[in-house]
Amino acid sequence: MTVLVRVFLKEGVLDPQGKAINDALHRLGYGEVTDVRAGKIFRLEMSTADPGAALGAARKLADQLLANPVIEDFSVELAPAGAPR
Amino acid sequence: MSAPRVTVVLFPGSNCEEDALIAVRNTIGADARLVRYDERDLGRPDLVVLPGGFSYGDYLRSGAMARFSPAMDSVAAFAAAGGAVLGICNGFQILCEAGLLPGAMLRNAGLRFVCRDVFLRVETKRTPFTLVLTRGEVLRVPIAHGDGNWTADAETYRQLAERDQIVFRYVDETGDETPAANPNGSLGNVAGICNVAGNVVGLMPHPERCSEEILGNVDGARLFRSFATALLAHRS
Repeated sequence: MTVLVRVFLKEGVLDPQGKAINDALHRLGYGEVTDVRAGKIFRLEMSTADPGAALGAARKLADQLLANPVIEDFSVELAPAGAPR
Repeated sequence: MSAPRVTVVLFPGSNCEEDALIAVRNTIGADARLVRYDERDLGRPDLVVLPGGFSYGDYLRSGAMARFSPAMDSVAAFAAAGGAVLGICNGFQILCEAGLLPGAMLRNAGLRFVCRDVFLRVETKRTPFTLVLTRGEVLRVPIAHGDGNWTADAETYRQLAERDQIVFRYVDETGDETPAANPNGSLGNVAGICNVAGNVVGLMPHPERCSEEILGNVDGARLFRSFATALLAHRS
């Protein structure tokens, strides 16, 4: 079972990387982009076949290690079947 | 009076551990040793230094992996018992990730790794490392980091200021905390903080790199000498 964990800086926390990417997109002419937030996605292969257990474990480990709750929020979801690896 | 006992914790990817050992030996005659990240026995130190570098390659976030090293369990227990802990650069990042100091590090606001001298204003004398310094005085100390943009939520920051936990701020040469004097965008120009008790201090600048005449600057030695004075007072 595959779980995706997405980690982003919290709203209101300055994202220097996202800002630089946003600025670069504007220089390339993509004026329709109004904001960019850069984050991380972790793809976890879990040994359990129980979706609840997999998501619960993912939430716990994301809170403990993958995200820093002081500055980051995270979300967890099961990877859709056939999703690109 | 026996020499101050200093333990420098070596993580995979640390690169300032020798500088830290030499600095405390040459400034305060410390009996200094390295303890590896996978050891639990810190060797009954008077001071633990978490050195600069790139522990665990700074993978995930700076300091995030080092926090789970066996040695960090011992450092946390040592700190909880009132032991003096100094985290320099990556060591400061580790202390934040471990929850021994509040806040967290973001990428430098300018996105660049910044390696140059900065000016620091001493904000409090309540830590062992600033005890004999003067509040408001300015030190020149080098920085070298890419993730030194310390931040915290508004309430945490308010409490830090209220509890006198801000130890150093980035200032210009005359002691003013201008935006231009802030090399990384840190909240409130914060360069170093301490815990509530004042025994755990973290700072991004490198005092161990400016502690001897041969290095062209001895401002950093004053932090170590201050610690030695604080230790004497504590022992007597």
